[in-house]
Amino acid sequence: MRVTADLVAHVAALARLRLGPEEAEAYRRHLEALLEYVRVVETVDVTGVEPSPYPFEIALPLREDVPVPPLPREEILRNAPARTDEFFLVPKVIEGKGS
Amino acid sequence: MSVLPTIGLEVHVQLATETKLFCGCPTTFAAPPNTAVCPVCAGFPGVLPVLNRRAVELAIRTALGLGCEILPRTKFDRKNYFYPDLPKDYQISQYDLPFSRNGRLEVDIPHGPGGGTKVVRITRAHVEEDAGKSLHDRRPAETCVDLNRCGVPLMEIVSEPDLESPDEAHAYLAELKRLLLALGVSDCTMEEGSLRCDANVSVRPAGTTALGTKVEVKNLNTFKGVKRALEHEIARQSAALARGERIAQETRLWDEGRGVTAPMRSKEEAHDYRYFPEPDLPALEVPRAWVEEARRALPESPRARRGRFVSAHGLPASDAAVLTEEPAVADFFEALAREIGEAKAAANWVMGEMLARAKDAPGGFRALRVTPAAVGDLHRRVRGGAISANQAKEVLAEMAATGRAAAEVIAARGLAQVSDEATLAGAVASVLAENPGSVADYRAGKGAKAIGFLMGRIMKATGGRANPNRAREILEAELRGRAGA
Repeated sequence: MRVTADLVAHVAALARLRLGPEEAEAYRRHLEALLEYVRVVETVDVTGVEPSPYPFEIALPLREDVPVPPLPREEILRNAPARTDEFFLVPKVIEGKGS
Repeated sequence: MSVLPTIGLEVHVQLATETKLFCGCPTTFAAPPNTAVCPVCAGFPGVLPVLNRRAVELAIRTALGLGCEILPRTKFDRKNYFYPDLPKDYQISQYDLPFSRNGRLEVDIPHGPGGGTKVVRITRAHVEEDAGKSLHDRRPAETCVDLNRCGVPLMEIVSEPDLESPDEAHAYLAELKRLLLALGVSDCTMEEGSLRCDANVSVRPAGTTALGTKVEVKNLNTFKGVKRALEHEIARQSAALARGERIAQETRLWDEGRGVTAPMRSKEEAHDYRYFPEPDLPALEVPRAWVEEARRALPESPRARRGRFVSAHGLPASDAAVLTEEPAVADFFEALAREIGEAKAAANWVMGEMLARAKDAPGGFRALRVTPAAVGDLHRRVRGGAISANQAKEVLAEMAATGRAAAEVIAARGLAQVSDEATLAGAVASVLAENPGSVADYRAGKGAKAIGFLMGRIMKATGGRANPNRAREILEAELRGRAGA
């Protein structure tokens, strides 16, 4: 797969990144090198090997369903750039969300 | 043009845990804004999610109740999108190894061309976390964000596109809700957001088989809203087809107030969620022992229970349907039927006065302070003639509100019905003495009129407490005696 300038622009838009032309070209080359590496990995024969999304096999720890005190609201809101006594504030958004 | 709709539903249901999916914050409904939030669910840097064991147990039970296959190994994935009430900028969800898949739900479709039993296939049921809440109307220029719901555990239940009308979709949702309540995995209150629904809808001309272009409709927050939104969307798509237009594949939002769906303005790429495995959570090997234990503990499905109420208790189907809407109601009915040995009478107590009280009670049916034994006791008092059926309604209302026993309420209200022979005979004699005109009427052949009038007097004289059947018998015997004399 060739990494085109359009693809870089698309990925950057998804990640909400604003890239200048030089940056975009630099990322294009980085991404292409990355995919080149994946192409090498892809040549390994993995017939009969289960896909493993994680680098190591450890059991997932579970937690009991027992409430612990949340952070005081003042603490939660402390670093917010805009807020009221109760809420975080963001510029008006009116559209629905992803899910 | 005649069209056939095809509908699939995605239902989000809140699992009934005390705490969130990945942190110990409480899931209390209507807590003050941002008071059930910690660094984990607020997406602070460096925090790690830890999965709630109870959520896994409830997910197993839900999946089994839906007849799903539970994957022995399941994993979590990040679904990436930007929205202010999603502080991590990703939702922990499940992509290619969902918790469970390939289930089914049998739904009774009440009427219409598709009437009968329908098997709706369940594609998958997976676990994910909820996002926070954005309030757009509080301030003119800003949106307020409340993160209390961030991380609340949800199960997303996805159906195959097996539903063919808004009525079928409604019947499916109602059956799903009954099942989830019976399983005890969720409160299913749509008002509190613990049951939410998105729909995929397409239409195709009658007589064709290829499915039309699918439109996703979001923001369906009430059962009635689901039906109205689907009706509107099907009409909209049909009209577009009739005009020879193409249906755009898009996501539309239902506007409950205006009764229309409108396209979301997002660009296509907003739906590129770039799922990838959640690196902070290793895969979950679902313990087989848990699954088998949950399978053994699975309750009877509401549909089976409905059938049994008809076949074993001899109830009309309509009674069985009302009684199985909520497991607490069905349980109460069964206990009361055992208590008094009469299923139909038990059904009448529960469906009449008790459900009427439950409608007004803040906590619903379960908040009523009566036991089946207490209602059984009241039932026997009515049968024994101690109080009338009408008085019993009042008594039951007070019992349900206060938790007091029938005897206590009857005594306190002075309601005990008078069935005592001598007392009733005395009342009849004095009423007859005071109303010679009525006795004359009776003799003149106006029996019904005279008896009606005299019964009214007797009830008045006894403060409404005379056992009406006994009093009437005594009155009629007395009148016959006098007429013959």
